[in-house]
Amino acid sequence: MSTTGGAPGVSEYRRGEQNIDLSPPAEQIARRGDERSEIGQREELLTLNFGPHHPATHGVLRLLVRLEGEVVRDLRPIIGYVHTGIEKTAEDKSYWKVIPVVERMDYLSYYFNAMAFCGAVETLAQVDVPARAQYLRVIHLELNRIASHLIWLGTSILDLGATSIFLYGLRERELILDLFEMSSGQRMHTRYFQVGGVIEDIPPGFAKKLREFTKVMPKRTDEYRAILDSNEIVLQRLRGTCPLDAERLLSLGVTGPLLRAAGNPWDLRKAAPYSSYDDFEFKIPVGTVGDNYDRYACRVAEIYESVKIIEQALDGLPEGPFITSDRKVALPPRHELATSMEALIHHFKLVTEGFRVPDGEAYCAIESPRGELGCFVRADGSSKPARVHMRDPSFVNLQALSPMVEGSYIADMIATVAMLDPILGGVDR
Amino acid sequence: MPDATGLELIGKELGKAVLDKTFFRERATLDIDPTAVRAVLSQLREKGFAFLASVHGVDYYPHEPRLGVIYELLDMRRVDRITVRVRLPTDAPEIDSVTPDGDYGAGWPTANHQEREVYDMFGVVFRGHPDPRRILMPEDYEGHPQRRDFPVGGEPVLFTRDEAQWLEARE
Repeated sequence: MSTTGGAPGVSEYRRGEQNIDLSPPAEQIARRGDERSEIGQREELLTLNFGPHHPATHGVLRLLVRLEGEVVRDLRPIIGYVHTGIEKTAEDKSYWKVIPVVERMDYLSYYFNAMAFCGAVETLAQVDVPARAQYLRVIHLELNRIASHLIWLGTSILDLGATSIFLYGLRERELILDLFEMSSGQRMHTRYFQVGGVIEDIPPGFAKKLREFTKVMPKRTDEYRAILDSNEIVLQRLRGTCPLDAERLLSLGVTGPLLRAAGNPWDLRKAAPYSSYDDFEFKIPVGTVGDNYDRYACRVAEIYESVKIIEQALDGLPEGPFITSDRKVALPPRHELATSMEALIHHFKLVTEGFRVPDGEAYCAIESPRGELGCFVRADGSSKPARVHMRDPSFVNLQALSPMVEGSYIADMIATVAMLDPILGGVDR
Repeated sequence: MPDATGLELIGKELGKAVLDKTFFRERATLDIDPTAVRAVLSQLREKGFAFLASVHGVDYYPHEPRLGVIYELLDMRRVDRITVRVRLPTDAPEIDSVTPDGDYGAGWPTANHQEREVYDMFGVVFRGHPDPRRILMPEDYEGHPQRRDFPVGGEPVLFTRDEAQWLEARE
């Protein structure tokens, strides 16, 4: 141990450690700028291209970052790398064929895309959705919300350097995908929601398996929290980094867990209940300061609430039809085709041409795992929509990235992109 | 949603700028004069519709004027939505941008990306937009693909095997 100079018994390393400047980066830069200008030196900004093929950008997001040392001065997202023209494609398909196309926009929350589109078409065509279908929708939506949050949790903690949560998260997501496979035959992009209800009733055994899941999920979430909430690295990386207040978030159009983390309890499931969300009791987790830790904590808390909703929906699942009996919109049951001429005609018309929707426009907004997911549909009386537009929360929320990270370290930018949870399939559509 | 009477009242208060009012399927829509868009939106903001949920474009082909820009406003305290719609012709469609010039109180920073998307897809030019570029399509792209007269499948795909041919066709 070297003890040259300074207080006796204090190592050079320790003294160096005590001299580390812990004041906010912006202040440090300003101070350094003053010193430099006194001796005639100046600093240049470094422009760094981040992405589009970088594992920490959660897809093909490209960020043009201007750095002053390690501090982000300016940031511009460049998007469009996975633009596939889904909105244009939808204009060339009959209404029921649009559902699988829009499901592929935000590829982690496919049930929500289908729900927003079906909601808009149901408003236009004035189709009533039976109570059982509404409950089945809620069950699948909330399962999907958990699955989406699990992927978010896994990948974003992976960005902070921990691998195990990713594996645990995918393990639980597997249970959800198994349930989706049971009810619809598909694990992703299930096409389970149809205009007027859902395509099929849940099969025998689904309820039992779902109960097993709702029993295990809160425990597993406790385990994630036990790993993360007392982890020094996670806390250092998340707590107090890149906060943004609710007012600024609202002016940027940000909704969902990001807004709730800043203390504004806006949730469309409570504020404007759709699909009988008003039948269920659940809480809306909110944060206080809106930093990365609050964003993390809000989403994790939402997992517990989603489980509660699923349990209630399963307990109160009403008997009855799972799709509207309006034969002009929904396919007739298979057994009727053998006996009823009318059913055969309806089946033929629906499969070949699709149903027609009267002239008009509708905007249906629902609460997706990332915020307000709105679907605008304009019908022109034909069997194809004249315009389908998705107000995707990822696309709008991405604008908040720059005000969030300006003036903080580049390492915090990585954490913020992760906590923002943009899905590039939804951003680019 | 404001009900039909509420819509009438709002329309009356906004005065001449309102060209038409529609109440369809519980959705209130104001058709307004394109030159008054900033004024109308800020008046509605004072009435409580402070959250701009969405800005999107529509092509009303074959009706004239063909293009439409739709602003979905939301009042978070009363949980109320109102839609503002402007119609623009396809030759030189221009409208004032509602994205701010710096100040948060006066503008709608959320419209930034969304107006760029409307420009990209429909060719509507937003006057005074801070960053008026394409957003989803490549910057050297020609045409506005969401217009109804833009052909589906009209996009050539560049493969290595037909690169020479493709470049020739471009010149």
